[in-house]
Amino acid sequence: MNLLLVLPILLPLLTAAILLPAWRHRVLQKWISVIGMLIQLGVAFTLLLAVMDSGVAAVQMGAWPAPFGITLAADLLAAIMVVLATLKGAAVAIYSLTSIDKGREAYGYHPLLHVLIMGVCGAFLTGDMFNLYVCFEIMLMSSFVLLTLGGERGQMEGAIKYVTLNLISSAIFLAGVGILYGMTGTLNMADLAAMLREGDLTADDHLMMTVLAMMFLVAFGVKAAIFPLFFWLPASYHTPPAAVSAIFAGLLTKVGVYALIRVFTLIFVHDVTFTHTLILVIAGLTMVTGVLGAAAQNEFRRILSFHIISQIGYMVMGLGLAAAAIAPALGEAADSPSRLAGRLALAGSVFYIMHHIIVKTNLFLVSGVVERLQGTGQLKKLGGFYRSWPGLSILFLIPAFSLAGIPPLSGFWAKFVLVKAGLQLESYAIVITALAVGLLTLFSMTKIWAAVFWPDAPEDSPMAKESEEYVAAKQGVGVMIAPIAVLALLTVVIGLSAGPLFSVALDSADQLLNPQAYIDAVRPVSVVEGIADAIAAKGEKP
Amino acid sequence: MNFVLAIVIGSLYAAGLYLMMRRNLVKLIIGLVLLSQAANLLIFTAAGLGDGRAPLVPPGLDEPTTDVADPLPQALILTAIVIGFGVIAFTLTLFHSAYRVSQTDDLDEMKATDT
Repeated sequence: MNLLLVLPILLPLLTAAILLPAWRHRVLQKWISVIGMLIQLGVAFTLLLAVMDSGVAAVQMGAWPAPFGITLAADLLAAIMVVLATLKGAAVAIYSLTSIDKGREAYGYHPLLHVLIMGVCGAFLTGDMFNLYVCFEIMLMSSFVLLTLGGERGQMEGAIKYVTLNLISSAIFLAGVGILYGMTGTLNMADLAAMLREGDLTADDHLMMTVLAMMFLVAFGVKAAIFPLFFWLPASYHTPPAAVSAIFAGLLTKVGVYALIRVFTLIFVHDVTFTHTLILVIAGLTMVTGVLGAAAQNEFRRILSFHIISQIGYMVMGLGLAAAAIAPALGEAADSPSRLAGRLALAGSVFYIMHHIIVKTNLFLVSGVVERLQGTGQLKKLGGFYRSWPGLSILFLIPAFSLAGIPPLSGFWAKFVLVKAGLQLESYAIVITALAVGLLTLFSMTKIWAAVFWPDAPEDSPMAKESEEYVAAKQGVGVMIAPIAVLALLTVVIGLSAGPLFSVALDSADQLLNPQAYIDAVRPVSVVEGIADAIAAKGEKP
Repeated sequence: MNFVLAIVIGSLYAAGLYLMMRRNLVKLIIGLVLLSQAANLLIFTAAGLGDGRAPLVPPGLDEPTTDVADPLPQALILTAIVIGFGVIAFTLTLFHSAYRVSQTDDLDEMKATDT
């Protein structure tokens, strides 16, 4: 069990290290990269099964007991996220086999991909606020380089915005961590959760905790791209190659959402009527601005980038609604309707993330194939894909409809649960927003379909002319379509077997709402008593 | 001491944010440096300043004899400085190559990717 928790962080590092001596051998690098990702995927699934089987797992590095040592902890949410992250990593590694140009491969594309996965898995598995910061930085550094690899003008300008805003967010995060340590004297998440639940906060502390909550909301909000902190995302995500866009789109913002869910269910639960209502309002605004931004765009990947933002709104909406279950009204029974609805909302969030990561990556991967074949992402200059590539068109339709929430695909169930929870909690404004945004999403997807797939190819496009570039680009497209097909299949499977998967999401929501299991796993009672005894023994000394 | 450090940290934040709101790339990066230094000092101050000594246990004893400083915030800052150093080094090269590609250091001119 111990090893299982460390492996998702250690394996990518190991693979990256093995890749470095193979720097000059492109083919070797590619295959080591794919094999490393597949092993990682196996480890991630084993971890998920272990956590499903025996509850929250925790391990203390170097056997230092909890508040002092470095803690890794995996509850269901963390394990699910690790599986999704590595699934994404594997899909993108296979997709990169033919889609990444020589220049990028020669400058370390594959090792960076693995370091990125390492940072992401570390962020999911760590049980310590400061290590979360460190993992964020690992993830950011590799994403900075991946984003700028190639050095085109658009990439550079996008990267300046991306780097600057993310560094500001890191500075705020770090300051928040410092103040949190000053207030509580610990940075271990389980320790913090236990301390804040046991002790009564004074009025001053209460106020300070709210200030801290806002600092973390801004810090993670920049990374999650919530309203009004999302500007770096549409400015940068469409600039790198599609494979890089795809892994960014599916993973990086979701790490921000994960961190928000983690701290706002575990640590900042002292004033949910303020914090979580604010989160709910932000969720609504995020959805609306994202989808309206997408409606105004005319390039394949820019439309998709704005849709990431609107989808983040849904995930955050579930967290906002979960307030009803996080701090229930006095004397409310565990099975009262509002608590159950709050639990449902949080499970909806988790389910939405599962669905979104797979669907969004897939759409970006499709856009990469389209851009490769036609040499552009401008909707006006595209067309003809339904006639020449009917299979690819179907593979676009599945995630596109899923994103818009058409039954029986995965997106429908994710939205359905969130809307149901919203109705039960009588938050009608957010429910209406969510439904309207769903409609507008369908509009955007139709727009892409009507420009890229349905009409004939424009006469001067490479496809219509059957030009040499087109024929050359066709080489190796099969390798790019394979992961797209697998992810599309997964979307259908999630849609059709929503029941069992949703019960896992419900379990993870239960773990988040009742953090006692998490606290006990990280900080076993024996250790706590041991420390208390030691302190008491010292106190008795003359 | 707390009061002095509070003023210093506040000034660092103010100067950093002011520089970041300029349009010049170089000022932006100096702003970033100041911001991360301010965060480091903030950790140092927030964790509590006392006249403790270095947290060393004299030989033969199993706990220090006098009040000692909390070593953890210093470890945190040290890590943060190292990370900040790496990040700033990367940002410098990024900004330099961005300048070479786009031939301008005015942020308002870098609108190629805006919508």
